[in-house]
Amino acid sequence: MLKQTEGSQAVAEAVALCRPEVICAYPISPQTHIVEGLGELVKSGTLKPCEFINVESEFAAMSVAIGASAAGARAYTATASQGLLFMAEAVFNASGLGLPIVMTVANRAIGAPINIWNDHSDSMSQRDCGWLQLFAENNQEALDLHIQAFRLGEELSMPVMVCMDGFILTHAYERIDMPSQADVDAFLPPYEPRQVLDPAEPVSIGAMVGPEAFMEVRYLAHAKQNQALLRIPQIADEFARRFGRASGGLVRPYRCEDAQTIVVALGSVIGTLKDTIDDLRAGGMKIGVLGIQSFRPFPLAAVRAALQGAKRVVVLEKSFCVGLGGIVSTDVRMALSGLQLHGYTVIAGLGGRAITKASLARTLTEAQSDKLQPLTFMDLDWPLVNRQLEREAKMRRSGPIAENLLRDVGSVASKVV
Amino acid sequence: MLQIRIHGRGGQGVVTAAEMLSVAAFEQGRHAQAFPSFGSERTGAPVVAFCRIDDREIRLREPILAPDVLIVQDPTLLHQVDVFQGLQPDGYVLINSKRSFDELGLADIAARFRRERLITVPASEIALKHLGRPLPNAVLLGGFAALSGLVSLEAVAHAIREKFSGKVAQGNVDAASEAFEVVKNEMAELAHAQTD
Repeated sequence: MLKQTEGSQAVAEAVALCRPEVICAYPISPQTHIVEGLGELVKSGTLKPCEFINVESEFAAMSVAIGASAAGARAYTATASQGLLFMAEAVFNASGLGLPIVMTVANRAIGAPINIWNDHSDSMSQRDCGWLQLFAENNQEALDLHIQAFRLGEELSMPVMVCMDGFILTHAYERIDMPSQADVDAFLPPYEPRQVLDPAEPVSIGAMVGPEAFMEVRYLAHAKQNQALLRIPQIADEFARRFGRASGGLVRPYRCEDAQTIVVALGSVIGTLKDTIDDLRAGGMKIGVLGIQSFRPFPLAAVRAALQGAKRVVVLEKSFCVGLGGIVSTDVRMALSGLQLHGYTVIAGLGGRAITKASLARTLTEAQSDKLQPLTFMDLDWPLVNRQLEREAKMRRSGPIAENLLRDVGSVASKVV
Repeated sequence: MLQIRIHGRGGQGVVTAAEMLSVAAFEQGRHAQAFPSFGSERTGAPVVAFCRIDDREIRLREPILAPDVLIVQDPTLLHQVDVFQGLQPDGYVLINSKRSFDELGLADIAARFRRERLITVPASEIALKHLGRPLPNAVLLGGFAALSGLVSLEAVAHAIREKFSGKVAQGNVDAASEAFEVVKNEMAELAHAQTD
């Protein structure tokens, strides 16, 4: 059914259609509306049987999800930013134990400095935690990916993170097509656990494993991610046949045929990129965008196949590896090993800085003529940076950086956007 | 694509207004996207929300820098925020005020844009009458329907009923309808004045 609603509400309804049996959550912006929506559905009896558990922290949220999943329940939670960091130890445990929990990450920056706005630092910090990580381009895809995530995770017995841009998607009202309960039921069979804590047939889960088998257990997690590389496109195809729209999959090219320049990106910025690329194409530039829907497993072969015909690749990412540069770029470069291509990393939109069509067009035009710096910080305020560097060079007690910069910037309340 | 920027203060329902406008546009079969400028969640702080309306899927995610429509829920913002920033030459402006553009000291602005598209409406007073609270957001949407004809009053009423229920919904619908009439009359007067 078509409706106009908030991204968080759409995700809450889609998760409810997946019939989770345990939902545990601790509120943190910008994820809060999702679990509030689910809380209402549980309380009103719309979603049953389902236990909604208010926990005391994100660490507890993931721990409860682990316990619930180990007991054979379909378990769901959501978090963002510092919340994801606080649950990090349990996040690794969930994947190490092979428990198919689904978690929404409403992508948000990590402090310090504290910042509630969107970028991809939070889920990227858990890049190597063993979870599958799927990224949504818009709210339709966000809700569709949750339905696919339960299916995929439970088949493989691995947890799945669905990453959606905080605020930009979670708080945006847009048109979505909400599937029927019957269709979701037909697509997503009841959870059949590979392992279950059952008093009638007691087992233990979570043994200590020494050097004799630890590497093998780890390798098996990798093997599952490799299986996911095959299953993700199949599940997306099956989803498209049943629901009549393309959502998910490994990668999604847009106007990449004959493109000399291809931009690689994750999440909602792909939408703005598509509009930018239409404009640049209209001006004669041969350019396209490759959206990566599955960041873990990283689809090396699909990325290589999509990019190998291009002359240059621009990875535009809302994440930043301090001391190196791009995070996504590193993986893209691995996919391109041995190919002679110009490669650029553009860091953009950190901490919620708006990514505008104008800035993208300027940056991509520079890339097209190979005038772009290999590592570019889009719309960085260089005078602001340099002033602080001068201050630090001039005096020892230069004071806290964030406060200095805020003072230099002045009041932002009077700014329009 | 039609781009609307709504300015107000925390607590005035700025974000809700953008959301309702998107619901109204959806109701009329159009694609719409509404989103807040995030972060200023303190009561009284300047807040901006955005709405885009189009006949095809809206992919653009940048804030609205060059709006076709400005709705100002609180006239005290006029001296604090450059609300007119980026306004298109043939844009619409709707300000919540008992006073006219000239009385608000906006004669310069009025001269730069199409006069018949610049309207003030006493939305807080109308809201107070129907709701008992000076919440101008839904009222201004009724005014916007009259000013632009880009959404219908019926679609606005539908959106209000989707967001609110019972007496609050009815009060807002009544207030929006009154604002619709007030703006229609003002526009007729403006047209008359211009012909003179």
